[in-house]
Amino acid sequence: MSVLPYLIAGWLFLIGCYGLATSRNLIHAVGCLAVCQSSTYVLLLAIGYRDGGTAPVFSDIAPGSRPVVDPVVQALTLTDIVIGATVTALLLSLVIQVAKRHRTVDPDELSELRG
Amino acid sequence: MSVDRILPLIVAVPLFGAALLVGAGRRLPRSAAEVLGCLFAAATAALALAASAGTPSSTARPLEWLGGWRPHDGAGVGIVLVGDRIGLGLATLVSLLVVAALAYAWRYFDEPPRRHAGSFPALVLLFQAGMCGFALAGDLFNAFVFFELMGVVAYALTGYRVEEARAVQGALVFGVVNSLGAYTTLLGIGLLYARTGELGLAQIGSALDARPGGPDALVIAAFVLVATGLLVKAAAVPFHFWLADAHAVAPTPVCMLMSGVMVELGVYGTARVYWTVFAGPGGIPAPDAQRALLALGVLTAVLGAVMCGLQRHLKRLLAYSTVAHTGLFLIGLAVLTPEGLGGVALYVPAHAGVKAALFACVGILLDRFGSVDEPELHGKGRELPWVGVLFGTGGLALAGLPPFGTALGKAVTEEAVGGWATALFVVVSAATGGAVLRAGARVFLGLGPVLGSGAATSGPADATDDEAAEETTGKAEEPETSGGRLTRVPGSMLAVPAALLAGALAVGLVPGLRTGTGHAADAFTDQAGYLAAVLHGRAVEPVSTPPPHWSTAGVLWGLLATALAVGLALLAVRRPLGAEPARWTTPLRRLHSGHVGDYVAWFLAGVTLLGVLVV
Repeated sequence: MSVLPYLIAGWLFLIGCYGLATSRNLIHAVGCLAVCQSSTYVLLLAIGYRDGGTAPVFSDIAPGSRPVVDPVVQALTLTDIVIGATVTALLLSLVIQVAKRHRTVDPDELSELRG
Repeated sequence: MSVDRILPLIVAVPLFGAALLVGAGRRLPRSAAEVLGCLFAAATAALALAASAGTPSSTARPLEWLGGWRPHDGAGVGIVLVGDRIGLGLATLVSLLVVAALAYAWRYFDEPPRRHAGSFPALVLLFQAGMCGFALAGDLFNAFVFFELMGVVAYALTGYRVEEARAVQGALVFGVVNSLGAYTTLLGIGLLYARTGELGLAQIGSALDARPGGPDALVIAAFVLVATGLLVKAAAVPFHFWLADAHAVAPTPVCMLMSGVMVELGVYGTARVYWTVFAGPGGIPAPDAQRALLALGVLTAVLGAVMCGLQRHLKRLLAYSTVAHTGLFLIGLAVLTPEGLGGVALYVPAHAGVKAALFACVGILLDRFGSVDEPELHGKGRELPWVGVLFGTGGLALAGLPPFGTALGKAVTEEAVGGWATALFVVVSAATGGAVLRAGARVFLGLGPVLGSGAATSGPADATDDEAAEETTGKAEEPETSGGRLTRVPGSMLAVPAALLAGALAVGLVPGLRTGTGHAADAFTDQAGYLAAVLHGRAVEPVSTPPPHWSTAGVLWGLLATALAVGLALLAVRRPLGAEPARWTTPLRRLHSGHVGDYVAWFLAGVTLLGVLVV
C-alpha cells in the first residue's frame, strides 16, 4: 500500500484552496472548488484499494478466489461525483448571473457586501 | 403504524411533495401550488409530532433499518434512521418553521414565470427533507448527503431572485464556503472509514473504542475534518463570514429558515457526532474537545455581538445576532454534560421562534418601504404599530426576558457552564437584544436624531463615501412581494411572527417540554446507550439528571440582561445617525470583506486553529 495517493489527496485539496484564495476569476474559482472535491475522490478510492485487487464484479470470478477492491468507497465516490456535478452546475449558473448583473467575474470588483 | 415506520416518511413526504410540485407545477395555478406546499410541510410536521408522541418515553430511541439491512454481530452496511427525542424534536421544529415560512410567503414574490409556479415551494420542501434527514440520519455518509442536499438547496434559495446583483453574489460566496466545508467533512468520513471499515455512527464509535491505545493522529485529524464542515454550517468564527452575506440577500422566508434552524443543525451535527463517535475511550479526550468548542464558542459569541451592534442593515444585524447566539450554543455544548445540552436544546427552538419572527418583521419593512437601512427607515415604522410591537417583543425576548424560552434556555445553559459564563451570556444577549431594540426604537418610535441633523451634516462628503466603502447599508432594496411595494400589510404576514413569538413563549412555559428535554438530553449524551440501542436493539436507561427548570438566579439574570439591553438601546439611540463608527471597529469591519478568496483563507486558518485546539 503506497502512501502516494494520500499525499496526492492532501495536495489536491490544498492547491485547490490556494487557487480559490487567490482567484481573480469566478469561473476559475468554481474550477478550483472542483479540484478540492477531487481530493475526496482520490482519498476514498485509495482507502478502498487492495494490492493485486480487481473490480468487485463476481460474474466471471468466484467469490474469495482473489482479492477485490472495496465497493463501498466506490459507491461513496459515485454519490460524491453526483453531488459535485450539482454544486458545480449551480455555482456556474450563479456566476453567469453575476456576470450579467455586475458586468464582471473578478471577485476583487464585487464589493457590495461588506462590514 | 409503529413509530419506527414513521421515521422514513418524515424524509420521504417532503421529497415526494417537491417531486410532485416540480412535475405538476407546470399545470398548476400558483395558489394550488402554494396550498400543496403548505400541506406537505404540515403533514411532515404532523408525522414528526406523531412519532414524538408515539415513543414510549423521552429516552427511547426508535430506529428503522431501511430495507431491513440490519447489522450482524455489530457490523453492517445498512442505512439506519434514529429518531431519538432530540432528533425528532429538531425535525418537528424544522417542519413547523417551514410551515410558518410558507404561510408568510403566501402570495409572496413577483408572479413566477409561467409554468414555474411550483418552484419556490418545491425548493423549500427539498430544504425541509434535507434538514429532517440530517436530524434523523444514523450514519455519517447519509448525514453528509442530507447535509449537502440542504446546503445546495439553501444556495439556490439564497439566490432565488437571480435578477438581483447582490443576491447572486451572496449565494455564490455561501455556496463556495459551505461546499468546501462539506468536502472536509467527507475527507474526515473517509479517514474514519479507513480506520474502522464502518460508516454508521454507532458502528464507528464502537470500533474506535474496541481499539486499544486511545486516539492517534488519524482519529484526531478525522474529528477536526468532520467538525470543520459542521462548524462552517454553524457559522462558528472564523467560518462565519458567509452567514451575514447570505442572510443580507436571501428572501425573508429563507432567512427565517436559515437563521432559525439550518445554522443550529450544524451545532446539532457537532454534538451528535461527538457523542456517538468520539465520546468513548477511543475518541477525543473530553478536555481537548471542551477546549476546542469553548474557545470557538467564546470567540463566536463575542465577535457576533460586536458586529451585531455595528450594523445598520437590519438583516445583517439579525444575521450577526444569530452568529452570537450560535457561539452561546457552542459554549453550552462545550461543557459536555447533559445539563448543558438540555439548556441548548431549549434555547434553540425558542431562539428559532424569536429570530424567525424578527426576520418576518424586517421582511414587512422591506416590502412596505423598499429598504432595510436603519437610518433611512427612521420613524417610518410609526404607521405600522403592530409590527413595531412584535419587533420590540422579539428584541426583548432575544435579550432574555422571562418567561420566554430564550430566557429559560439561557439560564439553564449558563448555570450548566457556571462561573464567568453567566457574565458572558448576560452581556452577549444584552448586546444583541439591545441592537435589535435600538433599531426598533429608531424605526418604529422615531427616537433619536433624524438623518441629516447634528454631526452628520457637518461631516464632509468623502466621510460618507468612506463609510459606504466599509459597510452594507441596505438602501434601495427590491421589495420581494408581487406588484412592488405593499400598500397594506396582509394578515398572514402579521399572524406568522405573532405565532412564532407565542411558540417561543410556550417553550418557556410548558413544563412537560422542560422535563422531556432534560431526559432526552440524558439519553443524547449517553454513548453506551446509543451503541447498545442501535447495534444490539437493547434499550438502556441513561443516568438521570435533574431536568432543566426556572431558578430565581436565572430569572434575575434574564431580567438584568433585558434591562441592560434596554439601557444600551436608549444610549445608542442618542448617538447621531451616520456618525463615524468608533475607530477600533474599522479593522473588524475590514475583515468582513465580502471577498470569497479572503473567506477561503480564513477557512484554512480556522481548520488549523481547530487542529491546534484539539491536539
